[in-house]
Parts: sequence; C-alpha cells; structure tokens
Amino acid sequence: MMVARHSPIGYSLETLGAWLLGLLWMLPLLYAIWTAFHPAIYATHFDPLAPLTFANLKAAWQAAPFARYLINTVMLVTLILAAQFVLCTLAAFAFARLIFPGRDLLFVVVLLQLMVMPDVLLVENYRTLVQLHLADTILAIALPYLGSAFGIFLLRQTFLTIPQPLDDAARLEGCGLLARLWRVYVPLARPTYIAYGLVSVSYHWNNFLWPLVITNSVTTRPLTVGLAIFATTDQGIDWSIVTAATLMTSAPLLVAFLLFQRQFVQSFMRAGIR
Amino acid sequence: MRRETVHAYLLLLPAIVLLVAFTHWPAIATLIDSLYATPHGSRPAPFVGADNYRDLFDDPVFWQALRNNAWYAVATIPASIVLALAMALAVNEALPGRAMLRMAYFLPTMLPMIAVANIWLFFYTPDYGLFDRVIAAFGGGRHNWLGDAATALPAMIAVAVWKEAGFFMIFYLAALQTMPTDLREAAALEGSSRWNYFRRVTLPLLMPITLFVLVNAVINAFRVIDHIVVMTRGGPDNATTLLLYYVYETGFRFWDTAAAASATVVLLTIMALAAALQFGLLGRRVHYR
Repeated sequence: MMVARHSPIGYSLETLGAWLLGLLWMLPLLYAIWTAFHPAIYATHFDPLAPLTFANLKAAWQAAPFARYLINTVMLVTLILAAQFVLCTLAAFAFARLIFPGRDLLFVVVLLQLMVMPDVLLVENYRTLVQLHLADTILAIALPYLGSAFGIFLLRQTFLTIPQPLDDAARLEGCGLLARLWRVYVPLARPTYIAYGLVSVSYHWNNFLWPLVITNSVTTRPLTVGLAIFATTDQGIDWSIVTAATLMTSAPLLVAFLLFQRQFVQSFMRAGIR
Repeated sequence: MRRETVHAYLLLLPAIVLLVAFTHWPAIATLIDSLYATPHGSRPAPFVGADNYRDLFDDPVFWQALRNNAWYAVATIPASIVLALAMALAVNEALPGRAMLRMAYFLPTMLPMIAVANIWLFFYTPDYGLFDRVIAAFGGGRHNWLGDAATALPAMIAVAVWKEAGFFMIFYLAALQTMPTDLREAAALEGSSRWNYFRRVTLPLLMPITLFVLVNAVINAFRVIDHIVVMTRGGPDNATTLLLYYVYETGFRFWDTAAAASATVVLLTIMALAAALQFGLLGRRVHYR
C-alpha cells in the first residue's frame, strides 16, 4: 500500500499505538480466559506458573442447566435464520423484480424497521404474545425478528444486480416465478446469504433483553438469559466459576469467529455497506 | 388485478404481516395505550388523555433517566466513532501483525453484551478488581466504581465504547479499502503531508460512512441496556438508569404498563428523529428507484 510521506519514527509510534490499543482491547478476554482456567485463588493475582485446571468449567457446567440453554439457543437461532431466509427472499424478490401498485410505499414501510427495532417495543410485544398464549416459548422469542427489514433490504439490493437476461432465459425455458427465484436468484446471491446469516446468528446468539422478558423457564431460556440468572442468583459469587460460565456461553460463536475470521469480517462489511 | 400484482402481494404477505404485527402495530398501540390508565383485571382501562405524560414529566427518575441517557450518548458516540476511525486507519496500513490487530479490535463485537458485563463487573470490583489493583500499584486507594454515583455511569460508558468501537471500525475499513489509490499517489507526488491528506481527502470521502455509523450509534445508545441490567440495575440511586431501562423497570418490575407506554413514546420520538436524520441526510445516497 502506498503511503504518502512516512517517517520511520512516525511509523514506529503508530505501530506502537495501534498495538497498545489492541492489547487494551484484548485484555478483558485474556483476563477472562486466565481466570476460567486457573484455581480461584489465582483470579486476583497473576502468576505465570499457576496450575491449569478445568475444574471451574466443570463446576459451572454442573451448577446450571447450560446444556439445555445451549439447545434452546441453537433452536432459536436456527428457527430465526430459516424463517428469515424464506420470508426475506420472497419479499426481496417482489421488491426487486415485480411491478405492482404501492411498491414504493410498502418499501418505505419495511425500511422503517431499520430505525425502530422491536427491541424497544418490549411492553406491547409482551402483551401481544401473552394474548396469543405464546409467552415463554422459543417461538415467542423469535417472532418479532422473523420479518426483517434488514434482510429484505440486503437481498433486494443483491437481486437488483442480477442481470435480467438470466431471468428472461429461465422464463423462456418455461420456469415459473418461484422456479426462477430458486434456480437463478438464490444461487447467485449466495455471498449475501452467508453475510446476512452470520450477522443474524451472532445478533440472536447474543440477544438478551427480549428473551429475558418473554421467557420464564429452563426449557425456553437461551444461553444469555441462563448466564445472567446464574451469575446473579449465585450468592457468594465465585468469579472463577462465573467467568468460566461466561466463556462457555460465548465459546461456540467465538470459536466459529476465530476459525472463519475473514468470512465474518467480510460479511459484516458487506452487510454494512448498503 | 394483474397476475404480477397478485404474485407480488402473495410474496410480500408473510414478511409484511410479521413486520407490522411486531413493529408498526406495537408502535401505534404504545401511542394509544399511553392515553389510557393501566388496566386492572378484566376492567377496561379508562381514557385519561395526557395524564400519563403529566405523571411521567412529574417523575424525577424519568428526567434523570433522560439526562443519564443524554450524557451516555454524548460520551459513548464520539469516543467510539473516533476510536473506530483510528482502528480502521491502523489496520488499513501495512503494520506488523495487522490481521491479529484487526481480530483484537473486532473481538468484543462477537461477545454477548451480557458476557462483557460479567467480565467488566469483575474489573470494577473494589479491592480485587483490575482497576483497583492498577491504582493500588500507583499508590491509590480502594474505590467502589459501580457503587459510587459519580463513577457508575462513566463505568458503563467505558464498557459500551469497548464493545462498540470495533464494530464501527468494520464500516470505516470497508470504505477505506474501496478508496481510489491514485488519489493517494497524486497527493504523495504533490508533497502533501499525511495529516493534510487525511483532513482534506480521507475524512471528506468517509463522510457518508460517518453519518451511517452516527445514526447506528445513536440508535444503540438508546437500545442496548443489557449491561445495565446485569451490572447496576440502574443504580446506585438511579445514576445509571437509561431510558429503556426505565421502560423495562416500570413495565416489568412495577407492572405499570401505562407509564411504560408513555416513556416508550418518548423513546420512539428520539428514534424517529434519528431516522429523520438518516433519511434527510443519508437518504440521498441510497436509491430507492
């Protein structure tokens, strides 16, 4: 990369500053890892020769039904992703390639959700789901997020870039509307699906407030809510165990991120530029 | 009706129904509910007009929540945007260990806010926490960071900045990578200093991204309260009560849904202003055809 006028001192200072900031940014996580894998007495003082242990992880795993919470989160994330893919694909195709009265108005209605997210409408959505007798179900956690303006917008932008002649060719071969969508549009939009999928999964894996409000039992609580309850009800707080639980709940996503780092970063970029 | 029109409506139906049911309708219902008293049992709630708002504006805790949130936004937003830009500029250059650095900056984005809150809770613990130990090493005394009304809100701000800066960095990085390199070469030939180049070329070209990030940062400052729920529960003495936390508390701990509705309307108004900002300033960049 070409750099205009770069003095060696300035360059070194810049590198140093960038790395100091990087260390500062990694510190909390490194500290958490240290605490989780060492006996409790080492949580408050650093000793490079401290013995490693898995006892904290084991204790945390047994102290609360984390296995169940993990299953709940996986079910939740899968349900949301599958529904979002189907619903957003259909809607995005209509906005991108069909002509119908009220298209622009409806699109603006959809876009409004980018600004007013369901997260702030807790009280009303809670009431709605109680009236539907769905409170305290995994479906109830998912429902407010299934129609996603963000997904519709992202896929519409992608569909618009797909050359119309491809669509026409498929039509000439006798493909119906859904067949064209499935054979032409969906395969060509694969990178967008991956990007949107990663963003959606990380958002809902980490989401907390709405699940906290709408769930009330072990069989529905996602990991985030389970962790919060575990960390606050545990009276004489043992930091090593709390930290171990904290790492445990974040680990699947974190490991996935470390393995597919490029993919993740590029997905967030792609989803951001719109 | 034409066939294409029927098809279009059928394709849109499921997504629009869900969107309206859980975003547009609740927003309108909140507005309506804010004009009625909290219903008790099966009795329908009486219409009370502006009474809920009068009560809300008479509640000093509401004003404190609004003030706290304003400070929280004013501190969190510029700090995370400036840091995000600095991070993006750093990892856009050929620094040693660039990939590692980018990962370090971005990592907090992947952690649940609730996990972040647990880790930082430990940092802030009096005596044992990292902060007090660092201060003790310099001869300072013990401090109850989250228990002192003067430091509790700044402590929350630090957590939010740490969590968000790396996320915003991504958008700057994406923009920097698509920036034409010939501009840079031309500037180098003309002997323009790096600072000058940054101020005159890079920064203006990043303006649309800054606006986009700004709007998102404003929304997040009013939307994310996970750390408040876990770390301080709005305390001590409401020092860290943000607007949405106020809504959450009145709605789900005191079960006063009418009060919660009127506070939500205030929150929605703020978000609508952010939306207007985006459509007014940023909207021109996006083409709706």
